[in-house]
Amino acid sequence: MSWETVIGLEIHVQLATKTKIFSGASTAFGAAPNTQACAIDLAMPGTLPVLNKKAVDMAILFGLAIDAEINLVSAFDRKNYFYPDLPKGYQTTQLDKPIVGPGTVEITLADGSHKNIRIHHAHLEEDAGKSLHEDFDGMSGIDLNRAGTPLIEIVTEPDISNAEEALAFAKKLHGLVTSIGICDGKMSQGSLRFDVNVSVRRPDEPLGTRTETKNLNSFRFMEKAIAKEVARQIDVLEDGGTIRQETRLYDGDTDSARSMRSKEEANDYRYFPCPDLLPVVIEQNHIEALRASLPELPEARKKRYMADYSLSDYDAGILSDDASMAHYFEASAEVADDAKLAANWIMGELSAQLNSSETDINDSPVSAEQLGGLIVRIKDGSISNKMARTVFEALWNNPADKSSADDIIEQLGLKQVSDSGAIETLVDEVIANSAQQVANYAKADASKRPKMLGYFVGQIMKASKGQANPQQVNEVLLKKLDALI
Amino acid sequence: MHNKTLTELSKGLRSGEFSSVELTHHFLNRIDQLDGVYNSFITVTAEQALAQAAAADQQLAKGNTPVLCGVPMAHKDIFCTEGVRTSCGSRMLDTFVPPYNATVVENFAAAGAVVLGKTNMDEFAMGSSNETSYYGPVKNPWQTQCVPGGSSGGSAAAIAARLTPAATATDTGGSIRQPAALCGITGLKPTYGRVSRWGMIAFASSLDQGGPMARNAEDVAVLLNTMASFDDKDSTCLERPVPDYTATLNAKLDGLTIGVPEQYFGDGLNPAVEQAVQDALREYENLGATIKDISLPHSNLSVPAYYVIAPAEASANLSRFDGVRYGHRCDNPQDLEDLYKRSRAEGFGDEVKRRILVGAYCLSAGYYDAYYKKALQVRRLIQQDFVAAFKQVDIIMGPTCPNPAFEFGSKGSDPVAMYLEDIYTIATNLAGLPGMSIPCGLVDDKPVGLQLIGNYFDEARMLNIAHRFQQQTDWHQLAPPSITNVSLQDESIAHANGESA
Repeated sequence: MSWETVIGLEIHVQLATKTKIFSGASTAFGAAPNTQACAIDLAMPGTLPVLNKKAVDMAILFGLAIDAEINLVSAFDRKNYFYPDLPKGYQTTQLDKPIVGPGTVEITLADGSHKNIRIHHAHLEEDAGKSLHEDFDGMSGIDLNRAGTPLIEIVTEPDISNAEEALAFAKKLHGLVTSIGICDGKMSQGSLRFDVNVSVRRPDEPLGTRTETKNLNSFRFMEKAIAKEVARQIDVLEDGGTIRQETRLYDGDTDSARSMRSKEEANDYRYFPCPDLLPVVIEQNHIEALRASLPELPEARKKRYMADYSLSDYDAGILSDDASMAHYFEASAEVADDAKLAANWIMGELSAQLNSSETDINDSPVSAEQLGGLIVRIKDGSISNKMARTVFEALWNNPADKSSADDIIEQLGLKQVSDSGAIETLVDEVIANSAQQVANYAKADASKRPKMLGYFVGQIMKASKGQANPQQVNEVLLKKLDALI
Repeated sequence: MHNKTLTELSKGLRSGEFSSVELTHHFLNRIDQLDGVYNSFITVTAEQALAQAAAADQQLAKGNTPVLCGVPMAHKDIFCTEGVRTSCGSRMLDTFVPPYNATVVENFAAAGAVVLGKTNMDEFAMGSSNETSYYGPVKNPWQTQCVPGGSSGGSAAAIAARLTPAATATDTGGSIRQPAALCGITGLKPTYGRVSRWGMIAFASSLDQGGPMARNAEDVAVLLNTMASFDDKDSTCLERPVPDYTATLNAKLDGLTIGVPEQYFGDGLNPAVEQAVQDALREYENLGATIKDISLPHSNLSVPAYYVIAPAEASANLSRFDGVRYGHRCDNPQDLEDLYKRSRAEGFGDEVKRRILVGAYCLSAGYYDAYYKKALQVRRLIQQDFVAAFKQVDIIMGPTCPNPAFEFGSKGSDPVAMYLEDIYTIATNLAGLPGMSIPCGLVDDKPVGLQLIGNYFDEARMLNIAHRFQQQTDWHQLAPPSITNVSLQDESIAHANGESA
């Protein structure tokens, strides 16, 4: 008998505000430890939080993007637990009155089918700092730069049936939050983190006991962690065992998971309303102003690509889902003045390189302008497709070098010879040096002649060091040989 | 000089009767010689005070200075002072030196006030007797075997003993009004949101409110003019203009309706205290006021509601004291749990631990609805009682405390008996209303207080009502006998520099 998998996700999205949710300290990633933590972030005595309006607006924008209800009154609560990277000893979050109510996200699966994933709610909260357990000789270090970074936690209904859907949802969400500009989408920096709740059951039976695997920060790890957990639960149940409600940790490097704590060991967080913050009251006209400012969403962008650029549903989908991808595509298509070629290059050569090197498109060594410039030279016949790949590789391998495609073509001497005078000279030379082959050509039956052209073309290309425009060579050669017959 | 009020001292400075340096020397000298008995200061900032006084004298010479320029005062040790240890009366913060000032401290600094030091208090403001301070109890200058009240007992005793003309204080359930009553001085807890809480170490955030203490209502009005401000660093601070609280001090009281709640005169009220309050009400009738009996039907629920809400908030507010970033840390922690447990066990005193435990219990799964949620519902009922009352009357009056100052140790073993000392003051905090205590008599040779409860943001009217009473009576002018009988050494003796306890 088969098993059914039930998955719900909780996604922590770091909001792209300049300052923290309750203080004026910077949220920029990568600074030296504890250099971006002010007295409020350190929970010094007597300090008080003041809510960052920008974070509220970003949460509202998210709600509008998924057609959710925006709660006109929301409120912050304190979630109490002790941990060194949680300076106040409580996290300020929203429990009972989240800012974003129920909404929906539609995903598209590989077979082209669509499915709606319901969003239970999304709430605002602060991120914790980081505990550093290495490099301190038996001690732990604390870095509070991240403490107080604004997050929205998005909670789905258990509508996801397998890892593929979870992945499609995660990517869709990534595209949404980056498109509306509320998150930089940098997974490697923890800008989006996934908690997955997984249970399995026989069809038509009640929900099974679920486990939660926390803090997955890449699509691949999330996919693998789900697959692993589903397989584990089925194994346990088929062996007659029972699933324990627990929190699990997945290690992507070793593709292994372990139990972190069981339900019995879970904290009692003693939530209560935060008395330092007033309820957040939002005016309807503020929501309307934000709605009007909402940028193009991936769905609309896809339709535009299909209509304006005549891209296929599939191509348009890939290029429009992710905001960075879409920006890259539009920038390169504009420089190239050719959307179809730009799309082909991005989904072909560029994506292959990005995937194999696990590079984010934002960090691509080849810029959209460079790629556009390269496409211009393909289009005008300056270089062949083969040469273009050489140029692309050169651009990719020298990310610091700001050379344009034209510079590389020049440096490598790759410029295709399209000067008709120069080509005629080359053709004349080769014909003059190939008396026997010309004679054979002249004698041959007309139907055999096209096959015989290969020799001449090869000689001409060799003489031009591969730079002669092959199409022009063919035309000139044919004209000259025919004239000799 | 020390018998002059703050307003008189301010005039003396401006008329050139004495300089701020002389005045500051005088009070520092008194603290040095007398506070060994009262223990009202945790930290004395003599050097800094004299520097501020010298700067104030330069300002005064130029003229056109704020009223408080050059006037000495003290801050309760709950307000963070940049570069000066701020202990909150706890071993936990015995070595804590904040890198920032509370907004209240900034406001007084900007006005040119001279800060003599930081006053003693119950640990984290949790107490009604000042017995929970890590730095030892404050003695009531009226009778040193008695408590000064709490938690702002240091500020109240220092003013009563004429060691400072004024001080800041805070009030979460009566911590300004009760010690003001027990020490025979005047204290005001403003409307919640009137005074910034930034830099004021939190006990129970939804109840805490800073306010001034001095010898009379006029001085309190002068202090509140500087202390009250809108502060965008405190989200619960209200953006509302600060009136000149001194402008209406002398307004007539004709037509004033005073509400007297029956619940504030029931069992447990010392009959002699009741008599003093009744005498004060007669005085108000003489001033043209009408007395009206009112009812605050949920008054009896205020103590239980308070002792759920305040500890609940405190249990979270005090979680930050974990030995990780600042404050007390135990020696040689074996692991994280050991660090937490021993740092907190050693850093906090018994009353603080008791309230953290009570608060955590009230918020825990399965008990939240029965305790915390229920207490919030009661809080709303108590607030509605007041809203209904203020539709009938302009101000509410009653005793500040059921008894005059009690002796040390007399309630130490029974926390509930201690909690009942705040029975008349707590409801005001739950409702967020302004409350005030002014001296209205002596019982057993110890002062007792009349409590004034005003409507929201009605501080100017309350100060006017208190001031008119003080123009007719001299309770506020009485000094503790102990301080009038001491002879001080020559004031020219160089003051001990630095900090003394």
